[in-house]
Amino acid sequence: MGYALEGRTGTWEVVVGLEVHAQVVSKAKLFSGAATAFGAEPNTQVSYVDAAFPGMLPVINKVCVEQAVKTGLGLNAQINNVSRFDRKNYFYADLPAGYQISQFEHPIVGKGEIEIELSDGSTKAIGVTRLHLEQDAGKSLHDQHPTKTYIDLNRAGVALMEIVSEPDIRSPEEAGAYVRKLRSILRYLGTCDGNMEEGSLRADVNVSVRKAGEEYRTRCEIKNVNSVRFVMQAVEVEALRQIDVWESGEEVRQETRLFDPNRGVTRPMRSKEDAHDYRYFPDPDLLPLVLEQGWVDALKAGLPELPDAKKARFIGDYGLSAYDASVLVAEQATAWFFEVVAKGRDAKQAANWVTGDFFAAMNRLGRTIEDPPVSAEALGRLLDLMADKTINGKIAKEVFEAMVETGKDPAAIVDEKGLRQVTDTGAIDAAVDKILAANQDKVAEYKSGKDKLFGFFVGQTMKAMAGKGNPALVNEILKRRLG
Amino acid sequence: MTQVLTDLTIAEAQAGLRDKRFSAEELALAHLHAIETLNPRLNAYLSVGHAQAVEQARAADRALAEGDTRPLLGIPLAIKDLFCTLGVRTTAGSKMLMPFIPPYESTVTANLLRDGAVFLGKANMDEFAMGSSNMTSHFGPVENPWKRRRDESAVLVPGGSSGGSAAAVAARLAMGATGTDTGGSIRQPASFCGLVGVKPTYGRCSRWGVIAFASSLDHPGPFARTVRDTAILLNSMAGHDPKDSTSADVAVPDFEKACERSVKGLRIGVPREYRSDGMPGEIEALWQQGIAWLKAAGAEIVDVSLPHTKYGLGTYYIVAPAEASSNLARYDGVRFGRRENGEDLRDLYERTRAEGFGPEVRRRIMIGTYVLSAGYYDAFYLRAQKVRALILRDFDEAFQRVDALLTPTAPSAAFALGEKMDDPIKMYLNDVFTVPANLAGVPAASVPAGLDSNGLPLGLQVITRSFDEETMFAVSAALERAAGFSALPTLRAGA
Repeated sequence: MGYALEGRTGTWEVVVGLEVHAQVVSKAKLFSGAATAFGAEPNTQVSYVDAAFPGMLPVINKVCVEQAVKTGLGLNAQINNVSRFDRKNYFYADLPAGYQISQFEHPIVGKGEIEIELSDGSTKAIGVTRLHLEQDAGKSLHDQHPTKTYIDLNRAGVALMEIVSEPDIRSPEEAGAYVRKLRSILRYLGTCDGNMEEGSLRADVNVSVRKAGEEYRTRCEIKNVNSVRFVMQAVEVEALRQIDVWESGEEVRQETRLFDPNRGVTRPMRSKEDAHDYRYFPDPDLLPLVLEQGWVDALKAGLPELPDAKKARFIGDYGLSAYDASVLVAEQATAWFFEVVAKGRDAKQAANWVTGDFFAAMNRLGRTIEDPPVSAEALGRLLDLMADKTINGKIAKEVFEAMVETGKDPAAIVDEKGLRQVTDTGAIDAAVDKILAANQDKVAEYKSGKDKLFGFFVGQTMKAMAGKGNPALVNEILKRRLG
Repeated sequence: MTQVLTDLTIAEAQAGLRDKRFSAEELALAHLHAIETLNPRLNAYLSVGHAQAVEQARAADRALAEGDTRPLLGIPLAIKDLFCTLGVRTTAGSKMLMPFIPPYESTVTANLLRDGAVFLGKANMDEFAMGSSNMTSHFGPVENPWKRRRDESAVLVPGGSSGGSAAAVAARLAMGATGTDTGGSIRQPASFCGLVGVKPTYGRCSRWGVIAFASSLDHPGPFARTVRDTAILLNSMAGHDPKDSTSADVAVPDFEKACERSVKGLRIGVPREYRSDGMPGEIEALWQQGIAWLKAAGAEIVDVSLPHTKYGLGTYYIVAPAEASSNLARYDGVRFGRRENGEDLRDLYERTRAEGFGPEVRRRIMIGTYVLSAGYYDAFYLRAQKVRALILRDFDEAFQRVDALLTPTAPSAAFALGEKMDDPIKMYLNDVFTVPANLAGVPAASVPAGLDSNGLPLGLQVITRSFDEETMFAVSAALERAAGFSALPTLRAGA
């Protein structure tokens, strides 16, 4: 059994389902032509439709539909060629029409699946229940004035995809892996930028606990969690809270809660006096959304290679480990970077360099794969210098750091600093002579069976040659001389 | 001269303007003068755009002088106050929207302006188009220009909800008007006021910029004094509008030309379910007369059945309030219109909506909220939608056998102000013959066909297949010719 929590009364299993709200990448809103750019001045991206002025009518934005279908295809999900928009009715100041247009009974995308990867190298399929399109609401700003609430409708009407998972998730790790994988797929598809800080990806986390073999117990929904780390933390603290409730002989109440990352707890959202009855009904302003199979097929044919396929290819074609392949495909740009480095070169070595020194430098300097500290082409040329034995691996690290620092080409750095590898056996012989002469005691120990000392001689020789000796030749000569 | 001008039909005015017998400005001023005289009593207009109308008329005159042939150049019209008009206060007959000036022009009114029409003002109406008498208007009732022969003192209602539009056209305060018909709101007032009223096919006229009552039932359409005039107006009003997702991308035929088509050989259905026990004898007699006229014109009369007719009214009074309860949620005092400040957000909503909406609107919002509520949705809303589908099927099946249906428009002539106000159900029964065409979305017209024993006009209704308004106009014109309806309302310009 995997993840489990120990309580006073025994072992508990955690059951998690996620509802992810992903903002659709589109220049215009779901039902109006208003713009969607993040961070604009309040109420500057609002049409009369978004503000629900009298007589205004929604018209579906085809781009948003296309994005939802692409996402559905990317999740290997069923595309529903006929779907419908419904009104979800409730009053709130940042919901201008008094209803949100959503898809209740007939979503555009049905069942699909996401495969997640776990730290022990295993994979697990998490079911996707559905994906539907809906409008975002505006924003109420309660902190701008002592007695007034301000309303910003820039976000009102922006297209969201709500992606609902099955309750297949069983641990914080799986929850985190699910969000990361989903985000990765969305970014590959270009259907959501996945930016959790700006709120373009938010998760509602449904958590319950149960003992082995039981039916599901009551769940709580933790609203609007906005980072992968918080999703994982929220699952854990909420599960522990529920175990505590059950074990103290009480019942977990079905409710919506908020995760407070500062205090590391979940707390109930202020409960409304009356339970919401959303009075869903088909929006009479919109006709059913009908997709032509040919159009869907064309979208499918135009999908990019997605993370799972790319990973399989990296393992198969490049001989990478599953772990390295996973790391490299997480972001499309990283995979692209790797492939430029690996082209016509030793792919495993390329992977090691990208995930090793290159990532380290990028993280250290706070750079991104889109703005890398060293270009893929330059890193490739560094690998070429190793391949043709101009430099050895150790010197390569020094050259790499110089590349990061100066932006110069690796060959130029090698020339400037005189780092070219020594392959002249005479020079190596001379260095070996000196080392053996200076360490006769160790030579005797080695000859009497202390094999480990061979490394010492290699190190000393390289040191004497300022690291530029060809390692293979150094080894060969030392073996011959000590043999 | 003034009296003559206001009595002209649109077709006659078109010719007169073209032949320079009078100017558009003269035509507009004649109507504006008539409005000044009669509107204080009739209350048909909520606002009159004197300066704008004169300006539009002068522009029409200049265009006419240059040989411009746009069909509605200089034609003065009344616009139901449900159509948003750019920069002109639009109230929907409600206190809620007293301070609302739209920053946009509805598609239908924009189409009329494109064709050169002159807008005289905004017409009174039942609040948010909810009513059959114009008595729910926040701005007071409209007086029907027609009088009972033996009781001239009784103030009669013009019908509703487009009561102001109908009264204005009947009293010669406009040559034509726009209306909207959700359950009969064009055809019933047309019948009460001796006018032709047309509810085209759903999707024929854009709803964009028309304040919504019940989206799936709302149909913009024209009023005029002749069938041909309504055809002229509808030709301008209709057309595909990408801003309305339910607008049909269907070519608009020449409706005016269709008025001249013969009805010879057409099969006219007479639905037996429209014959109710309580129907006044004179309405039954008029219906029989209509049948005889069409037969005489060469049409074949066929008995048909629309078996679900009896459920029409019940279905309508579930679907319409359900949609309305949601459509009217936007009137919350936050962004436009009336606001009553409150202790908190909820209090603001409650005060704003309690103050801003009249009793009939509040009643329908409550009904609509109820029928959509958890636990009631299936029994009411969902069932109503199923019955609606059966009603549509009734029409489909009937139209496999016949080309048009002939029925009375309303179960009575105009009633007096205050009558039927005690019981909303009694009021709702006014719509019994008109509602099915809204539920099915098929086109229907009311044509004045005769007078009752009080000398009040009665209309006959012609219903045809979706997007076959041409047959509807042809049959309506045949009835009009046969009826030779020439009675005039008591209150009218120049009388």
